[in-house]
Formats: sequence, structure tokens, C-alpha cells
Amino acid sequence: MSVSESSLLNKGVRDQYMKLPQGVRVQVTYVWIDGTGEGLRCKTRTLDSEPKCLEDIPEWNFDGSSTYQAEGSNSDMYLIPVCMFRDPFILDPNKLVLCEVLKYNRKPAETNLRMKCKQAMDLAADSHPWFGMEQEYTLLDINKHPYGWPQNGFPGPQGPYYCGVGADKVYGRDVVESHYKACMYAGVKIAGSNAEVMPSQWEFQVGPSEGMDMGDHLWMARFLLHRVCEDFGVVATLDPKPITGNWNGAGCHTNFSTEAMRNKGGLQHIEEAIKRLSKRHAFHIKAYDPKGGADNSRRLTGFHETSSIHDFSAGVANRGASIRIPRQVGQDGCGYFEDRRPSANCDPYAVTEAIIRTCVLNETGDQDAA
Amino acid sequence: MATSCSSQLSKCVKQQYLDLPQGDKVQAMYFWIDGTGENVRCKTRTLDSEPKSIEDLPEWNFDGSSTYQSEGSNSDMYLIPAAMFRDPFRKDPNKLVLCEVIKYNRKPADTNLRHSCKRIMEMVANQHPWFGMEQEYTILGTDGHPFGWPSNGFPGPQGPYYCGVGADKAYGRDIVEAHYRACLYAGVEICGTNAEVMPAQWEFQVGPSEGINMGDHLWAARFILHRVCEDFGVIVSFDPKPIPGNWNGAGCHTNFSTKEMREDGGLTYIEASIEKLAKRHDYHIRAYDPKGGLDNARRLTGCHETSNIHKFSAGVANRGASIRIPRTVGQDKKGYFEDRRPSANCDPYSVTEALIRTCLLGEEGEEPVEYKN
Repeated sequence: MSVSESSLLNKGVRDQYMKLPQGVRVQVTYVWIDGTGEGLRCKTRTLDSEPKCLEDIPEWNFDGSSTYQAEGSNSDMYLIPVCMFRDPFILDPNKLVLCEVLKYNRKPAETNLRMKCKQAMDLAADSHPWFGMEQEYTLLDINKHPYGWPQNGFPGPQGPYYCGVGADKVYGRDVVESHYKACMYAGVKIAGSNAEVMPSQWEFQVGPSEGMDMGDHLWMARFLLHRVCEDFGVVATLDPKPITGNWNGAGCHTNFSTEAMRNKGGLQHIEEAIKRLSKRHAFHIKAYDPKGGADNSRRLTGFHETSSIHDFSAGVANRGASIRIPRQVGQDGCGYFEDRRPSANCDPYAVTEAIIRTCVLNETGDQDAA
Repeated sequence: MATSCSSQLSKCVKQQYLDLPQGDKVQAMYFWIDGTGENVRCKTRTLDSEPKSIEDLPEWNFDGSSTYQSEGSNSDMYLIPAAMFRDPFRKDPNKLVLCEVIKYNRKPADTNLRHSCKRIMEMVANQHPWFGMEQEYTILGTDGHPFGWPSNGFPGPQGPYYCGVGADKAYGRDIVEAHYRACLYAGVEICGTNAEVMPAQWEFQVGPSEGINMGDHLWAARFILHRVCEDFGVIVSFDPKPIPGNWNGAGCHTNFSTKEMREDGGLTYIEASIEKLAKRHDYHIRAYDPKGGLDNARRLTGCHETSNIHKFSAGVANRGASIRIPRTVGQDKKGYFEDRRPSANCDPYSVTEALIRTCLLGEEGEEPVEYKN
């Protein structure tokens, strides 16, 4: 059986307990990024009443030595609530709250890239930067094999699976449907979903989101994905190249625009931005996966609708380029562009910050500004 | 195990999520015909409010290099909403949207046969052409073998299965029932179902539909069938001859009439149409499957209630003919006729367009006429 034992527990039993009224008290689940920069952790506390806004949710702390974030001798780390959502698992009035992690000395933890991102976003606020991120992921069974693939072989070659329908074309749609509903309920700005080129691979899109919302909503969408998969007993991986060979990797294509780009004649600003990006390829590659480019090098080969990690390129409607300008944008003369380089397991705070620094704050060179 | 492991995922867990309220947001699932001309693709977007009509649905685009429709270097293709249905999987207020595919230069994609069909239908709108299409299909397990057949053998010979009842006669009725209900909910003009001659083979009928609606509703019904089968963990095949040998193929018999044919004395017009069809057999055969007749060649053998692909024939109550005039039509001297040639995997836009061109626009010869308007 390819799903977890947990998922086979009797949901009827669970339901009986979930139906119990909880009085005025409210459960708030705090969610944060751990020391890997990819993994998510969570724990729950009871509050005496429903928090109406972020300010109603207190700071908390946790044992960082158990999340690759601190030494045992000095392990307390702080959780600072930054974004509140409705809880689609235990339902209203309970909440999920995304948190930043601070070290004992109140400085940001190593994998807290949100703080620096916010500094850049604040400087660029007047440009009204919008993002849309296309999160690709692969479903695995409990044995880490792609979910639905034959145990001792492979599915037929890629071709019929992208946006496919049918039991021989797509695997695990229940997970996708459930995740979409969970996001809508929670207040995550999910914009769409589709089956991807490799079977068992899917994509959802979050946005258009302005500034910090992009990173906040994408991280929460990822948390919801992992929780939904846990309920079904399968696993979602954001690894950029889960299966080697003639199988697509997984990216997080990032669409970007400023107000100037969206207005009439904006294409000129788009082209300027792309020019700046072309001079800073190495800096962006470093920002576009949690291992400074090492993860993406398995994915950005120049094949399977990717550009090569070594070269920067841009083109209208070109899915083999680093930057793609959608054809509609080329025709309208304004709109947005798509950076196809970020890896599926990227930190959206790092990605959006890099784009802002290069395209709006006009930074150059391999190092970012202090 | 003949069903997919996806279908074994907990439906109870799924239902909890599907029950979550979604506020004002609406999910619209756009679906379209891919580069094969037979398969359907789909993807979903969130809208801020419920679309009340097709005009409320925005154009969209997709990566045609992943659907056999374009190159990677120039891959964007456009989706133009053409018909909207209620979504029987996600339910109200969510929608299913059938789309036409347009290339980067705004011309119809190669397998977008709706564009031309719509123009032709508009030319004859005042004749009120009605269609009814009988979609046959076979249910397969995930191993590609007909669902319910023994894995290393065959069922007993055909005979007891057509319209049959009983676990030894009908395989997969749950799918048929679910599909019927889903089509009714969605607003698809489904008018009936029955078990077919080969076990694991079924048929549903869509119609009577006027003009372009025939193609729209049949494609929507096919998409819904693929989704229903996916949920059950089985596969639907529209292949016209899924099992060679002494087993029926699968067709898409197309019933057709105009207002004149339906009125008193209409038999004259029916016979006139059949005469025109008799002179254009090859043109229709080419239009009646996605491979210009190659698929149908495996099915139209002259046996198993088919006509021979090389010869045109017509007759009252004759299921071995290309065209069958139902006996009641022969008696009432008005009604409709049945073209039994289209393959189960035909494009209904192509079939209905061909019938209009030959019977109502009086076209002759091997090629369709290019109209200037």
C-alpha cells in the first residue's frame, strides 16, 4: 500500500472529536521555515478569544536545536507572527499564522530571508511591484516513488500528461482539488492549477500579489500542500529534478511587473529590466534555490523547457529562455515578464528580493547592497 | 489491480476539503482539444465572481509545445471560451468552459475544427439543423484491457450484453450512471444511455442539438466522461476497434434533420439529402475520424452492424447500411435519418459540418467550398 498508515486511520472517529464545540477558546497554529530553508514546522497554542488581526497574536518561541537552527545550550528562538490565515483543517474560528524566526539576540535566523526582503520591498513600494509565482511539485508515495508510477518501471514518455485528464494521464487529482479549496478558504491568493508535463507532477499559481504578500502567501500555500498530502497519505516534493533522465524538472516561474510596466508603453520598462537582469545572471542564480545554484544545476540544462544555467537569454513566447515575455504582452506593448529560472524549492522571499534589487533598485554586480 | 491507485485515495478526506466554503471566488476549468484532435486538456483559474455568461469569461493562454500544438520557441497559444457549463465535480458556482484554440497569429489551431463549423452553421441557421449523436465507448482498466474482462482471456461471445443487466452482462454501470447525472447537472443535452453489444462497451446519446451546440455538447460530454472515469480509476477509450476479431467496434452514429424534413412530407428532403451523400462518400469518410479514414478502416468492415468503408448504401431499418432511415420515419413520411459511418473518436464539428455542406449547401466533389463571407 503506497499511502501512509496515518492516512488510513478512521476519519469517522476523527470527525466525532472535531465536531466537539470549543467554547470561546481558539487554536492558533504557528508555522515557520526551519534551518534547511525548505522545510516547514508548526505547533499550536490556545488563545482565549479569536484574534481579529495580527496584533492580537502574541510572539512565541521554540526549540531551535530540534529544527537545525540552534545549539542545545542556547536553543530558544522567537516566532514573530507576520501573516494570519483561516485554518482549513480545524476550521473557523481557528487560525494559521506564518511567522518569522529570530535568534536569541533578536537578529533574524539564517534562513529568515523575509526580513531583508521587506527592507527591499519597502524601498520599492512606490513602484507597486506585483508577482505571480507558479509552484511546480511532484507527488510521491510513502516509499518516495512518484505516486501512481508502476513499482518496477516507468510510465510512457512525456507528451500526454500536461493538463491531462484520465486515470492514465494524471495521478492524484484529489490532492490538487483539496489543496485549491483549502487555499481559498484560508485566504491564500491561489490563482489556478494544472497538471504538469511529467506524470504525478502538478502546478498551482499564487498571485498577483504585491510586495511581501507574494512570499507570505506562497509559503502558506506550501504549508497547506504538505498538510493536505499528509491527510491523504502521500508526499509532495519540491525537489527541482526528482527523476533524472528524460523527465521534466520542477521550477517556480516568477512573473513580475511594476506599475510602469503595466501601463501603456510599459514594454520599454520591461525591456530595461531584462537588460539589467542579463548583467546579473550569477547573482540571481545564487538567489534562486536554497543551495546557491547547486539544486538548480540539476534542472536548468537547456532541455525540458528550461534555459541552461550557464547562459542568460530572453525571448517572446520562448519557453527555452531564462526570461519569457508572454506573446500577449508583446502585442499589447505592456504587462509583465516571466523569470523561468527559480527552482521549485526556492525561497520566494529571496527570489522576489533579488528581482526588486536588480529591476527596481537598479543594483548591479555580484553582491547585493548592505 | 485494474483501477488506478489515485482512485483509492480517501474520498472522505477529499469531501472534507470540497465542503470548504470559497467565499465569492469561483473556479473556472478551461478545457480544450489538443494537437491529436482526440484528446482533451484542462486547467483551472480563479475568478473573483461567478460568470453569468460566456462573455464574463476572459481569454487565456497555454503552452502549446506541451500538447503537440506548437514549438517551444514560440509556444503560447490562446484559449477562447466557447461554451460554459456547470461543474459537476466541484459544483456550483464553479464552471467548466469549453474553449477554441487559436495560434499565436490569431488563426485557428490545426485541430480547432469548431471555427469553420460555426461559420457553416451560421449560413444555414434558418433551416434549423438538428443533430443527435450516439457516442459509443469502451471502458478499460489501467492495464489497457477491457474493464471486467478476465485478465488472461475473453468473455463469452457477443449476444447477451446489449442493454443487458446483471454482473455477468454489464461491466461498469456505476460509471455510466455517474456520467449521466454529471451531464444533467452540467447542462449537457444528454438524452439517453444503454449497454452495448460488446461487454464493457456503452453508449450515450446527446441531442437533439441545433447547429454548433451538437459539437459543443458532445465534447463537453466526452470531457465529463474522462473525468468520471478518472475518479473511478478506469479509462475510457473512443478507439473505433478496441479489440480486433469478433467484437463490435465503436461508432458515433449521427442523426440529422432540418425543419423541412421534420414537417409533413419531409421524407422527400430526406431522400434528396441521401442522394447527395451517395455522391460524396469519400469526402465524408475523410471527415468522419481524426485520421482521414484510417481509424474507421479498422471498424467499417461490413460486419458487426457496420457498412463497408468502400461502399455507400442506404436503407430503411438497415443497420448494415451507411445511412439508416428509421422505420417510423418511413411510415410517417417525415423525421430524420441516421448516418452510421462516423467513428467513435470523430470530431463532431467535422461530422456536422460535412453533413451541412453536402446536404444543405449542395456541395459536391472531394474538397469543401471556401465561402467568402
